[in-house]
Amino acid sequence: MNALLEAQGLSLRFGRVRALDDVAIAIWPGEVLAVVGESGSGKSTLLRVLSGQQRPEAGIIRFDGTDIHEAGEAALRRLSRTDWGFVHQNPRDGLRMAISAGGNIGERLMSNGARHYGDIRAQAKDWLARVEIDPARIDELPRNFSGGMQQRLQIARTLVTRPRLVFMDEPTGGLDVSVQAKLLDMLRALARDLSLAIIIVTHDIAAARLLAHRIVVMRHGQVVEEGLTDRVLDDPQHPYTQLLVSSVLAA
Amino acid sequence: MSYSLATEGLGKSFTLHLQNATAIPVLEGVDLSVAAGECVALSGPSGAGKSTLMRCLYGNYGAERGRILLRHRGEMLDLASAPARVVIEARRETIGYVSQFLRVIPRVSSLAIVAEPLIARGVAPAEAEARAASLLTRLNMAPRLHALPPATFSGGEQQRVNLARGFAAEYPVLLLDEPTASLDAANREIVITLIAEAKGRGAAIIGIFHDTEVRDRVADRLFTVLPIADAA
Amino acid sequence: MEAGYNFAYLDEATKRMIRRAILKAVAIPGHQIPFGAREMPLPYGWGTGGIQVTASIIGPADTLKVIDQGADDTTNAISIRRFFARVADVATTERTEDASIIQTRHRIPEAPLREDQILVYQVPMPEPLFRLEPRIAETKRMHALADYGLMHTKLYEDIARLGRIGTAYNYPVMVNERYLMSPSPIPAFDNPKMDRMPALQLFGAGREKRIYAVPPYTPVRSLDFEDHPFRAIRAPHACTLCNSTASYLDEVVTDDQGGRVYVCSDTDFCRTEQERAA
Repeated sequence: MNALLEAQGLSLRFGRVRALDDVAIAIWPGEVLAVVGESGSGKSTLLRVLSGQQRPEAGIIRFDGTDIHEAGEAALRRLSRTDWGFVHQNPRDGLRMAISAGGNIGERLMSNGARHYGDIRAQAKDWLARVEIDPARIDELPRNFSGGMQQRLQIARTLVTRPRLVFMDEPTGGLDVSVQAKLLDMLRALARDLSLAIIIVTHDIAAARLLAHRIVVMRHGQVVEEGLTDRVLDDPQHPYTQLLVSSVLAA
Repeated sequence: MSYSLATEGLGKSFTLHLQNATAIPVLEGVDLSVAAGECVALSGPSGAGKSTLMRCLYGNYGAERGRILLRHRGEMLDLASAPARVVIEARRETIGYVSQFLRVIPRVSSLAIVAEPLIARGVAPAEAEARAASLLTRLNMAPRLHALPPATFSGGEQQRVNLARGFAAEYPVLLLDEPTASLDAANREIVITLIAEAKGRGAAIIGIFHDTEVRDRVADRLFTVLPIADAA
Repeated sequence: MEAGYNFAYLDEATKRMIRRAILKAVAIPGHQIPFGAREMPLPYGWGTGGIQVTASIIGPADTLKVIDQGADDTTNAISIRRFFARVADVATTERTEDASIIQTRHRIPEAPLREDQILVYQVPMPEPLFRLEPRIAETKRMHALADYGLMHTKLYEDIARLGRIGTAYNYPVMVNERYLMSPSPIPAFDNPKMDRMPALQLFGAGREKRIYAVPPYTPVRSLDFEDHPFRAIRAPHACTLCNSTASYLDEVVTDDQGGRVYVCSDTDFCRTEQERAA
């Protein structure tokens, strides 16, 4: 089996700050990979670079064996609305707030050529139910939804076209703890049922333990440790990982 | 003789970087092997590293030296050096681990926790849940508890959920860390039966049994783990 | 011809620049081409884009017709027609079939156009996505990548809210199955006339400084859904003057008691129909 997404030698500087310093990373189909580290460790930059939103100064990113920047922006954009999904920390960045819940879910389908209103609507209802939003609310605007619902709507909107790889940037970041648990559980079930590969950036070690098969620990733009989630968290090797794990309350 | 699981020169120490990089050696030169249908009980004084050895065998702790050979998909796989996704595959198909404490997942029902390893191996959800329910019932978990997340359960109830999860998937290799620690006599008997059944279908079992009566009834032999200072 | 002005008001260099933009627009049907729009002797919103396009293509042998909402006798139509009569000394007409260039605001004539005719549209807002995506750079990227899911999302929202696509004017079209285009605020009723029209269609937006085009016989498709197909809607009446049941009608209020009549918006078509009946 080959890696779904594979990156090597990624480097990117912001002025004198090395946001990425020779980073290599790979994710296999159906695998959930957590990227952890504190703010400024480069983890969010890594996500933007891996998802093609920002070009690295050096290094290569291959999806399905093909350099994602080789075929041009049109191909990359097609990739990001078909095989890829991106879930933002703030649902407002990933949703169209002036468009109904159904329209938000339907947009990706329509961007991929769906032209049957009834089918689009049926799929939107199905996905609302899957993310535990009452399908009767299909015509409501996202602003009427709670933060947790908005985040679930964003996930539905992203997953409706069955991407193979989903990038998630702190998806539980702005939510109450009780709401986080529900969302994490949902993500866990969706990842398993759809065999999604997910790269999730988080500083929440407990979320990483719950969701991820594998963990990458970043610091100062470098990957300092990676491996099986429970091994990295229970038997951390790098001094920074030991500090990170020991700083968490009952992860 | 062919083994289901064997270690060769397994060594493990912990380096505590936050405490001036203090190195604590725990395991040294461990050569352990378990055949199909055999149950080996780890013995030795408390703090000797029995749990550390178990965790190394499951890949939860990284092995520092030596090899951990697991018969997986008909070949011997070195868990000590295998990439993470291969370890995950081995855990899905070949090696199971019942820890002392259940890691509770918010909102997930006991039934789903038990059925999950079966579903991960490709068993249809309905069948997986039926098998999970029957195992939970066998461990005296009333059906009304099956739908509840075990967060509010007693220690004994949580351990039975954990045991059901470990036994449901019928792994060829099963690691049991104090499986009867918080169980009453009746449930202890059931666990002893489950272990015997597992051995009967050819599972290799490695266990830590605090309860010597249980140990003597299930173990075919003992493997002594001694603290490194004592062994030296 | 008015002394002191170059033929058709614009200087030759400007005309060349605009013709180059037109050629480019014809080469890429439906794609908006920026051009250096000049100040014209009338305010934005009165057809400055259309006039510059007309001025750049008109020759002494042309016959010009100008309509505003289908009518030849409205202020805007008359003043533009007079303008070209004065600065280019060209023949003008109200008859669609006699015109070689027809400049229009918000309508397409009812009579089918021919290969030897050019239809010039006055366009207030050339960007079909502007209400949906305020960032111009982003709309350009969407056109470049033919990423038009958002436009369909708007139509989806219409159906979800109103039970049908509520857009009656400026109904978005796909040109040559490649570029999403604003047809200018013509009624959706006129959209089918754009499809494979034998005449060249040119669009000029003065304030927005854009020119685009639909070459003869180019496929123009109104966006829709399989289960909510595009429908050209007209008021369900016959014209009070000519009895036509096929033309696009204006509603005219006749008194203070709410009395109203429906008459053809295309005045030339209406007159022709009346002459034929008489």
